[in-house]
Amino acid sequence: MAKTPTPKEILRIDHRPPKTGWMDTPVRFKPGTWCYPGSKDALEYLGYPNIRDWMPTDEDWKLPENWKEIILEGMADRLDKYRSFKVFMDICVRCGACADKCHFFLGSGDPKNMPVLRAELLRSIYRREFTKAGKLLGRLAGARELTTDVIKEWFYYFYQCTECRRCSVFCPYGIDTAEITMMARELLHLLGININWIMTPVANCTRTGNHMGLQPHTFKENIEYLCDDIEEYTGIRITPSFNRKGAEVLFVTPSADVFAEPGIYTCMGYLLLFEHIGLDYTWSTYNSEGGNFGLFTSHEQMKKLNAKIYLEAKRLGVKWILGGECGHMWRVIHQYMDTLNGPADFLEVPVSPVTGTTFENAASTKMVHISEFTADLIKHGKLRLDPSRNAGIVATFHDSCNPSRAMGLLEEPRYILKNVVPEFHEMPENTIREQTFCCGSGTGLNTDEFMEMRMRGGLPRANAVRYVHDKYGVNRLACVCAIDRATLSTLMDYWVPEVTVSGVSELVGNALVMEGEKKRETNLRGEPLAGTEGESDV
Amino acid sequence: MTALYSLLAVLVLALVAYLGAEAGLHTLFGVVIPYAAFLLFVGGFIWRVVRWGKSPVPFRIPTTCGQEKSLPWIKQNKFDNPSTTGGVIVRMLLEAFLFRSLFRNTKARLQDGNLVYRWTRWLWLFGLMFHVSFLVIFVRHFRLLTQPVPGFVQFLDALDGMFQIGAPQLYITDVLILTGLTFLLLRRFFIPQVRYISLANDYFPLFLLLGVAVTGVLMRYFSRVDVVGIKELAVGLASLHPTVPQGLQSLFFVHLFLVSVLVAYFPFSKLMHMGGVFLSPTRNLANNSRMKRHINPWNYPVKVHSYEAYEDEFRELMKQAGIPVEKE
Ligand code: SF4
Ligand code: SF4
Repeated sequence: MAKTPTPKEILRIDHRPPKTGWMDTPVRFKPGTWCYPGSKDALEYLGYPNIRDWMPTDEDWKLPENWKEIILEGMADRLDKYRSFKVFMDICVRCGACADKCHFFLGSGDPKNMPVLRAELLRSIYRREFTKAGKLLGRLAGARELTTDVIKEWFYYFYQCTECRRCSVFCPYGIDTAEITMMARELLHLLGININWIMTPVANCTRTGNHMGLQPHTFKENIEYLCDDIEEYTGIRITPSFNRKGAEVLFVTPSADVFAEPGIYTCMGYLLLFEHIGLDYTWSTYNSEGGNFGLFTSHEQMKKLNAKIYLEAKRLGVKWILGGECGHMWRVIHQYMDTLNGPADFLEVPVSPVTGTTFENAASTKMVHISEFTADLIKHGKLRLDPSRNAGIVATFHDSCNPSRAMGLLEEPRYILKNVVPEFHEMPENTIREQTFCCGSGTGLNTDEFMEMRMRGGLPRANAVRYVHDKYGVNRLACVCAIDRATLSTLMDYWVPEVTVSGVSELVGNALVMEGEKKRETNLRGEPLAGTEGESDV
Repeated sequence: MTALYSLLAVLVLALVAYLGAEAGLHTLFGVVIPYAAFLLFVGGFIWRVVRWGKSPVPFRIPTTCGQEKSLPWIKQNKFDNPSTTGGVIVRMLLEAFLFRSLFRNTKARLQDGNLVYRWTRWLWLFGLMFHVSFLVIFVRHFRLLTQPVPGFVQFLDALDGMFQIGAPQLYITDVLILTGLTFLLLRRFFIPQVRYISLANDYFPLFLLLGVAVTGVLMRYFSRVDVVGIKELAVGLASLHPTVPQGLQSLFFVHLFLVSVLVAYFPFSKLMHMGGVFLSPTRNLANNSRMKRHINPWNYPVKVHSYEAYEDEFRELMKQAGIPVEKE
């Protein structure tokens, strides 16, 4: 694995484009900027084509003989199926408004990381093969020949896009490069080009229900370990149920919350919250992953994995579904699930059993976000909270790409945070809410071999954290995304080591005053509390 | 280089029209080509939109730019994140007429190891300046095509000339359109990233529009063209009884020819963003996908790893761990 350059080295970014035109600048596979191909086992299990030994640095990628035909057919097929794809191929005016909106461009200076140019990589082939002008005028019309070098370039740059959609916010026509990246990745899959940190999780999620491949007993055990920790810190014993029929609510969250730091503390927060309000809910081992790695793969794969949520809800006979903190999981649930696998007519419109609030905004999909659920509880005064248990924490909130730009979940987590931590500060306005910056490692790019690019892509986010750290002493970066919890931790260690990362529900868990609890001396991480003075109800 | 080719192309087009007019091909340049261009425009525009329309919108994928509709006490951003058709209409109007998204534009700069963002609204300002002027000028031209001239055209005309400078009166939009176009062109030359992405199809329409605007301005302010004659031709064209009056200047034919080229080129170029913006699924859909089911017309069944298959594989482990199973 490549040595990651130091922050100082990375900061020598040059945003000026090179002398040679982009069509004449071939891609260079520098260590630290690309991901390893999918493992044969995973690909075989999933039935993907053209399984072979290869590396992106190889000269010969061992493509199928008729690879060109496959790509062109794949493109034609998708142009017919997705208006987004067709319109986005046609209407870009190359105004450049999106250019410096992409974190990968800001962090690398590579012009092909400007969203417009990323899209042109594909658009140039579209022009050549699907438009008259491109056929006749060639280069003059921005068209170029489809060669293996183009395929290599696609692999490189469409796996340097985290489908964060920030570019789409600024584009006057809403051109969403994420959509183009999704198409390009689908096309590459047809040739057997893929990355392991997506394909292995997809295979694991299919078989075991979660991306690390935890088998049912291990999944259950892990949660029980967390309950042990909770008992140690609070004196409360929680015994959650698994695959229980007849529960009112099915709870689905990314599996990283169950086994990896700092997600596990968020998970302890959920467990405490549900215990606090006496929620009648169950976990599922069959569907033990909320995150949908299919979104990074293909629409079909996304559908396959997502289908399990409704299937399990139906089998268990629950009334509605509650979803944990996760970014892309929520894009799938919010924008795709009902269309892909609905109608969920066997479920009921979600009603909070504690406050009686009907979640009208989830009337059809029947799945509620934990932040919506918690905010409603706090608003109705149903939680006993003691923010002083989070004393010493100066928090800021990182909007994850998908909840902000593919949903609009902005206020709920902020409302919760302000009720559970004593001090909260926003990062600069161009870096939050719909303009938020990606962690730099989304869409399955959070692998170690991709570290240099991750630290580059995460620079804009880290830089904004640095700003509030210096200005207000912010030392906690809260978020509602499992990938963020993992990747932002690495990012902070690199750029702003004074700041730690946590889920919002972890901070809720810290603040919750449980009935019959012992005097709390530590937070959910087992760290001694800063100010253990009195309790106060909120 | 691409810019130079594009400029040359426009100059050649202008020259062709000039020589043609001088050679007396007035019917060709005054009637045949404008009609052909118009037909191409209408046909091409419809073809393009129908072609887009034929591809369905399988998923509801708006880019949300504000708080969604959720709990009743949380204030929704109704236009940047609309949940109703009404909200979408407002969002689209803001986008089409006020360039809402461009208004957000920022410029990022690396300064002593820190990224700083500044609002930058130049592109928004000059872009809007160009588009609005173009629209006004377009409507103003109905003065030539209609008899009698409708009231709103007269009104717009008066408004546009309200400063009453010089004779003939200076239209504000003439100044604005030239300013706008010049800015749009200059930024392609001088902003390195924008220069890097610019293609011939970006320069060509700009030069073409500049050609149209400049010949128009020349005709109005500098060379005394025969407005009565032009009106006769225009009304004739509009009423499908074209007559070509004697004595029209070649400059007029250059103008008309460049307009014809622009109109004919329109549907086959990026200029179709005018139609496309209304079809963009990230903008023209309500963010209500959890409230209302959106149907994908080509949805198809997929093979899901079923619970039964899962339990079959892990039944013993599940039983040992005390997890309920379907089949003992
Ligand atoms: S902002 Fe939109 S139209 Fe402008 S270059 Fe980017 S994708 Fe193209
Ligand atoms: S979706 Fe995000 S990562 Fe991809 S091009 Fe746009 S801004 Fe960059």
